[in-house]
Amino acid sequence: MIQSMFALLYTPLAIWRGAGGEASYSFLQHYWCFIVALLGALLVFLLFVQGANSVAGSLGRTEQGRRIIYNSTGRKWELTFTTLVTFGGAFFASYPLFYSTSFGGAYWLWMLILFTFVLQAVSYEFQNKLGNFLGPKTFQFCLTLNGILGPLLLGGAVATFFEGSNFIVEKSNLLTLPGGVGEGLVISSWANASHGLDALLNPWVLVLGFAVVFLARTLGILYVMNNVADEDLRARGSRHLIGAAVPFVILFVAYLVHLLLKDGYAYDPATGVIFMEPNKYLHNLLDMWYLLVILLIGVVLVLWGIGTDILYGSKRSTPTGIWLAGIGTVLTVLALLLCSAWNNTAYYPSTADLQSSLTMQNSCSSEFTLRTMFYVSLLVPFVLAYIVYCWRAMDARKITKEEIEEGHHTY
Amino acid sequence: MITVASLITLLQTALPVEGEQGGGLFTAIDWARAQFALTAIYHWLFVPLTLGLGLIMAIMETKYYRTGDLFWRRTAQFWQRLFGINFAMGVATGIILEFEFGTNWSNYSWFVGDIFGAPLAIEGIVAFFMESTFVAVMYFGWEKVSRGFHLASTWLTWLGATISAWWILVANAWMQHPVGCDFNPDTMRNEMTSFLDVALSPFAVGKFCHTVTSAWIVGAVFCVAVCSWYLLKKRETKLALESIKIGAATGLLATILAAATGHKSAQDVAAMQPMKLAAMEALYDGGTGQGLKLIEGIEVPYALSFMATNDFNGFVPGINDLLRGYTREDGTVEPSAKEKMERGRQAIADLAAYRKAKAEGADEETLSSQLSSLNSNLPYFGYGFIKDEAELVPPVAVNFWAFRVMVGFGSLFVLFFVVLLAAIYRFPKALWKDHDIASLPAWHYWLAILLLPCAYITSESGWLVAEFGRQPWTIQDMLPVGASISNIGSSAVATTFWLFLVLFTVLLAVEINIMLKQIKKGSLTPDPSPKGEGSSFQ
Repeated sequence: MIQSMFALLYTPLAIWRGAGGEASYSFLQHYWCFIVALLGALLVFLLFVQGANSVAGSLGRTEQGRRIIYNSTGRKWELTFTTLVTFGGAFFASYPLFYSTSFGGAYWLWMLILFTFVLQAVSYEFQNKLGNFLGPKTFQFCLTLNGILGPLLLGGAVATFFEGSNFIVEKSNLLTLPGGVGEGLVISSWANASHGLDALLNPWVLVLGFAVVFLARTLGILYVMNNVADEDLRARGSRHLIGAAVPFVILFVAYLVHLLLKDGYAYDPATGVIFMEPNKYLHNLLDMWYLLVILLIGVVLVLWGIGTDILYGSKRSTPTGIWLAGIGTVLTVLALLLCSAWNNTAYYPSTADLQSSLTMQNSCSSEFTLRTMFYVSLLVPFVLAYIVYCWRAMDARKITKEEIEEGHHTY
Repeated sequence: MITVASLITLLQTALPVEGEQGGGLFTAIDWARAQFALTAIYHWLFVPLTLGLGLIMAIMETKYYRTGDLFWRRTAQFWQRLFGINFAMGVATGIILEFEFGTNWSNYSWFVGDIFGAPLAIEGIVAFFMESTFVAVMYFGWEKVSRGFHLASTWLTWLGATISAWWILVANAWMQHPVGCDFNPDTMRNEMTSFLDVALSPFAVGKFCHTVTSAWIVGAVFCVAVCSWYLLKKRETKLALESIKIGAATGLLATILAAATGHKSAQDVAAMQPMKLAAMEALYDGGTGQGLKLIEGIEVPYALSFMATNDFNGFVPGINDLLRGYTREDGTVEPSAKEKMERGRQAIADLAAYRKAKAEGADEETLSSQLSSLNSNLPYFGYGFIKDEAELVPPVAVNFWAFRVMVGFGSLFVLFFVVLLAAIYRFPKALWKDHDIASLPAWHYWLAILLLPCAYITSESGWLVAEFGRQPWTIQDMLPVGASISNIGSSAVATTFWLFLVLFTVLLAVEINIMLKQIKKGSLTPDPSPKGEGSSFQ
């Protein structure tokens, strides 16, 4: 353990000094896996936008109440959107074989996700504008659709990291001659015609998907309770929290138990051979005890945040459950995503051909690219800093009904 | 306009091309190309206005910051409302493109992702977060943050959009002229060897400057068109007169810069993509002292040679020269298409043999010999996937006319903004003494309004030249479209194509209607008294 911690401190310095080598490449692979996992974790937290939109009708109760909720999430929707796009871009840059295999293979799954986000992007701006001949209800429906399908399908996509997907990778396909052109040349292919929809037939994919839906709703309610200065809404929020949090906890616990007991996809770093290992993810958490600690802290914070606002949300001047639950969500998801990839685990397993499974080793970019992107990633703290600064500046004064009625730019 | 562009794309991909997979209409490759073209064309309807109008509204808010005059605050807020309507569509159409490299072009994503993925990731980290964070402050922060912070947010929103343009154009420029990379036979992909070569490629710099300045033209023409409408209707007169000055000045600067950078871009194309230049000029048989065609039958003598080579008698190869092969002025030989295709097939065979030998544990000498043969033919690797040399010729008609539309209207815009500024500032006085910009005959304003769709057509034409001209390559000389796609059946891609077409067209119609209504609504309150507090920010 002391050696690992030393390597953790020394290797970034070595990279800064331009030193290469196997240790350096391995560190960079782990580092970029961490960055992508962090982006994924932040994305799940930011799905509070989707969650709040999916309950806007019932939580808001009236048209004005719904409008307040849309204006609350409307100040943040672009952050969620950008995080999704950057998550995809970072995955492309660091693990291009995953990008080409998953997006090129699970075509329908990703297209559905993208469709709902396309609809969301315009729905805020267009819904109440003069000239919207589709009517506000059309775009409100789009926000609700994105609010449910977005988290469901993204959660389902994450579940495939543990459950596996139906694809085959064969790089020599590119060398098909003579006369080879088109689909016959493709390196990564989905092994059936469903192109990703078959993942939804796996009940555990749906369990995690719906867990994310209810988590997003929970976080959405917590966010609205914090962001909107309206006693009625906060009181309703406290009650709605139970309806969202209980199914989330049940589904999440069910999936977590399943995950810890299931066989996982391990690989031998020396040979690259992939094999099934009983209780692989449980072993990962025990071998990487710090991830287990992070996971437990995350779960506690999520439950604490939810409990705080259920019990005291309507009584406090500014409910703060969102921050506890939000930080907890980031930690929990981060730990789970790292558990799917670190410790010699195939993070994108193939159920069609085990040896086609993707690992950090066989799917990552070159050392040069990962090192270049390492330097770029040093900007991330600055990006986070100005996001936090602007967030605090904008949310220092909570949203009120009067602001929505009289504001210069409202949705 | 959109329908015409989409139809052109469809026709180009639908026409049977000898040697293409299936030899008939609408293969999976065709649909993948059509879908990317469709989504890119739609996205490019909104990005130029974000870049151009973003600059104009930031200038206006700067005037408010410096003078404290509430008029400028109201004016900046008016243009920001229009900006916001357009921005939403830009975001909506952009997300598809980010992921389409993976969904429809998975081979491409693996083959060059080591280089191509980095600019996209940097775009997200550096640019998109900047845009998305500060645009929220810009829209909603008027009463929540200080004037200085708000102004900074407006400029940072525009800067974020501009930086985003930089990185995506770095990526696109790399497709046109791949640099800073080597092919790794063990990993079967190209790998980055120099980030600076990629990020600061002269091709990328030229492309960025030309694309962004052309976007400023769209923003300027939009601003002038809206102001003209107000002047025609005798409404919002002060807002129109003050805004048109900024729009016109921005437009003139932009057109001059776009012309200069366009010339640079054309020279880059002449050097790196001679087939694209030949298609742009419908030049089949090249030679020295080539004239520049205005239209078929009318040309400016020696102009093409000068434009391409800085030498009136410089040699410019035509389509047939590039297919047959020719000897350059310096004595080096450009191989024929047939030879390139043979060497490309040899490179692919060498790579297959190398991988097989390595898997079987062959000795170093054998592997080294195979690598040597591979490396000697590697520059033509992409040609190995080409079955017929006719595939190497881009759509000539599209390139020829799109280029002329772009340059023709671009030249017109220079004249337009010169005349407009002269009219605004009444220079020379003798010419304008009986005319006032606020009370010209109606046809003047209608002309300015009608130039708006022309600006969009011009802007899209530039991209038609850039992207049709590089066909059949996704990466010039390295990977053709036929070897770049995902293993998705044509029916699936056709379905998503039509879904996107319907969705984007409906949303575009809604967006235009909202924009028109917002313009009709105006800036909401009467002009405040000069420098007074006047009414509230509304």
